[in-house]
Amino acid sequence: MSTIETLEQKELKYTKEDFISDQEVRWCPGCGDYSILAQMRRLLPELGVKKENVVFVSGIGCSSRFPYYMDTYGLHGIHGRAPALASGIKLANPDLTVFIITGDGDSLSIGGNHFIHLCRRNIDVTVLLFNNRIYGLTKGQYSPTSERGKITKSSPYGSLEEPFNPVKMALAAGATFVARSMDRDPKHLEATLLEAARHKGTSFVEIYQNCNIFNDGAFEKYTNIKTRFDNVLYLKNDWEYRFGKENDKHLFWDGFRFRVEEWKEQEKPLLHTPEEMPVSMEFALAELSERDEFPVPVGVFRKRQAATYDALLTKQIEEVKKSKGQGDLQKLLEAGNTWKVD
Amino acid sequence: MSQSTHLDQVTIRFAGDSGDGMQLTGTQFTNTTAMVGNDISTLPDYPAEIRAPAGTLFGVSGFQLQFSSHEIHTPGDQVDVLVAMNPAALKVNLQHLKDNGIIIANADAFTMRNLKLAGYEQNPLEDGSLEGFQLFAVPISTLTREALVDVAMGARDKDRSKNFFALGITYWMFSRPLEVTLKWIEEKFSGKPELIDANKKALNAGYSYALSTEVFTTTYTVEKASTASGTYRKITGNEAVSLGLIVAAHKAGRPLFLGGYPITPASDILHNLAKYRHYDVKTFQAEDEIAGVGAAIGASYSGALGVTASSGPGIALKSEFIGYAVMTEIPLVVINVQRGGPSTGLPTKTEQADLFQAFYGRNGEAPLPIVAAKSPADCFQTALEAAHMAIKFATPVFLLTDGYLANGAEPWLIPDVADIAEIREPLAQPGEEYLPYKRDRQTLARTLAVPGTEGLEHRLGGLEKEDLTGNVSYDPENHHRMIHLRQEKVEKVADFIPPPDFSGAQEGNLLIISWGSTFGTVFSALEEVKKQGREVSWMHLRWINPLPEMLGRLIGNFKNVLVPEINAGQLVKIIRSEYLVDAKGFDRVRGLPLQTHELVEEISSYFEEKK
Repeated sequence: MSTIETLEQKELKYTKEDFISDQEVRWCPGCGDYSILAQMRRLLPELGVKKENVVFVSGIGCSSRFPYYMDTYGLHGIHGRAPALASGIKLANPDLTVFIITGDGDSLSIGGNHFIHLCRRNIDVTVLLFNNRIYGLTKGQYSPTSERGKITKSSPYGSLEEPFNPVKMALAAGATFVARSMDRDPKHLEATLLEAARHKGTSFVEIYQNCNIFNDGAFEKYTNIKTRFDNVLYLKNDWEYRFGKENDKHLFWDGFRFRVEEWKEQEKPLLHTPEEMPVSMEFALAELSERDEFPVPVGVFRKRQAATYDALLTKQIEEVKKSKGQGDLQKLLEAGNTWKVD
Repeated sequence: MSQSTHLDQVTIRFAGDSGDGMQLTGTQFTNTTAMVGNDISTLPDYPAEIRAPAGTLFGVSGFQLQFSSHEIHTPGDQVDVLVAMNPAALKVNLQHLKDNGIIIANADAFTMRNLKLAGYEQNPLEDGSLEGFQLFAVPISTLTREALVDVAMGARDKDRSKNFFALGITYWMFSRPLEVTLKWIEEKFSGKPELIDANKKALNAGYSYALSTEVFTTTYTVEKASTASGTYRKITGNEAVSLGLIVAAHKAGRPLFLGGYPITPASDILHNLAKYRHYDVKTFQAEDEIAGVGAAIGASYSGALGVTASSGPGIALKSEFIGYAVMTEIPLVVINVQRGGPSTGLPTKTEQADLFQAFYGRNGEAPLPIVAAKSPADCFQTALEAAHMAIKFATPVFLLTDGYLANGAEPWLIPDVADIAEIREPLAQPGEEYLPYKRDRQTLARTLAVPGTEGLEHRLGGLEKEDLTGNVSYDPENHHRMIHLRQEKVEKVADFIPPPDFSGAQEGNLLIISWGSTFGTVFSALEEVKKQGREVSWMHLRWINPLPEMLGRLIGNFKNVLVPEINAGQLVKIIRSEYLVDAKGFDRVRGLPLQTHELVEEISSYFEEKK
């Protein structure tokens, strides 16, 4: 991006109202989606991109109605396939800022394949996964993130399946920015989404989102102000892994795994460095959300600089043009062995 | 001394193990023959297995071509010359050889083991069973090794040059020059001097062997075909599609974006286009067929010409997204290089059985225009037209080709790029009042606004649209109206496309209606029929949806309507339901082009008795 453009963008004076479309929002009253929508409208003026360059792409599900409510460009896609549409949009015009809005069923079940390949390619888009651990739009079946034993309409005797851990999946698939946040922590959510949007490469944010109709209270333990601090570990750059109301507990890394210990002042405490952490620690942190005796980490797990697919494609085109020259159509048609008939 | 005989047309088939290089050999003969100025038509015919066990019947790979001093349109029914590199190749292909046809067999490959694998009790080269053919049993492997005695490579590696020896024999026999292949060898094996040396020596040795031994008594010449003046090249269908798309994108002022996934026999389109980054071509090898078409739709939405290319099984996977493009009215070209089906079917063989899939293979009422190419070179023009209509009408368009067109080759009169029409369709501009589903009166197409355009932010999706605004609408009357608007839009395409090929009188005993790659067979069959003094009218459809207005006017003027297809009768059902006429089908679904003589017989039967 040129300096001039950056200057221009600094002069963009948007407010959150500029991103409100004329469509009435139709989520259930009390749905966690409202908070995510509000934070998105709030952060876009701060992001400093022209709103005509913003595209929201979604799949199918409650969350996927999101694009209709943003006064930007938007495509409400088909089930699970938002990454495919988004990849084409970004590759055809790399100047666009592209967001994918998806849910646990949309991205981890029917769209699982597209999701992992998006992460692997590191295309510069930002993925917001609204995880409510249930199928809402189809009225309450267990999802790929529902806990084993979950009683739902399609699992009246309890689900038999182990859930996916979305953060672990994104890390394993190679996303270069991986984070988690919660609908009921708006400040943290806004800051996390802004950081994700600014990151160059595939940015992934799992958002714990309450479905108050079909899975109410799924994340209560983490979002309720009374229990939050004992059950949530806020990941912050260069910060010890401390948690608890008084920051009186912390995670101790014994070289292989984490342990919860009482916090004691240390000479060289282990600090969180998402830009350069070994993979083993990233995964050890990600795994904590699967174990009851540990707090759930929220914040940024990984933030690595790496070449994006879209930038590499642009570069390759330039390089081929440099070595072969801009293509000449007539020469293209006449390539190879030709003969003349008079 | 040999004598020289003039021939009008020749069909030759190279056959051997799938590792014997028969496709390469056939392609070289084709390239040379094209350069000589003959008209050509080719049929690569190979198994799905990359290297089937050597010597087996199912591992036989063949390449057939017909070349001629006049215009031809098929690779020929029966062959004049069969080059058989082993017993299995002979066994599989002998049925295609004309009486008194020429067999050039690699005698060295007729070992006990290979004979057994091919199911021969005795050696057919020796037991007299090939009487009635002109048999040339040549120890090709031995002669190749002898020719390469000075080349420093192992015997097995030397054997791999034996196809060039065989090619050399056929070059002598048909008075072809060696230069095209010699030059190709140098380019192909650049940096590997021992391979250049070996293959050149083998080619020359084959030629000299045929020239100097007295085994072969006759050389044949086939005069140049007299065709329209201009510059020509040999082209396959997949190459022609690729070039057509690149030209279309430039004429439309859009970058070309191909979202694809490897599948036989369409992969060459992806391979070809991947080479042309310097023509602003973006190819994206997606994780699956669905993502391929999804990315193409996304790219079109942001202003590119989005294209996806596949074959039947891949198209099945893409169908939900194609319906999405119908609903969102985003330009998209979907290429189906048809192969034998159903399911995995016959991946390397040709068929026309995906016409219904193109017409009806989506949920809901999801009409879209369909165009089909009639020959390998015609794939260029149809790709251009498909892209043009996709952009003009903001719709997905199906381009149907097939395995025969994709891999088959013919001479192509190269057009002047300057003569090809621009595809300029206006996009919505900043400052306009923008209604995403407001339609053009003539075409009923909506105007697109691409992301990045200030002030025209809008949302699209697969939910039903409100007329004009494009907002989500569940209104019953609106849905009914939109269903019919989408249908009418496709019908309007008829006003902007060239008329179908039509020949013959406007009324009579028999009208033939054909589409796609059967063009060549019907053309050749009608030449025969005309010699018998019979009048047949023929319409070859290029656009199958919408059907040409002309067909509705004419079809009632004929006593009989015959629709030959390589499927169990698909177009014929559409014709019957559309025009309420008692059209009859003619089908042979063998994974191969229809044979001319079969069609001649079928047509003749309409004149011999009252049918």
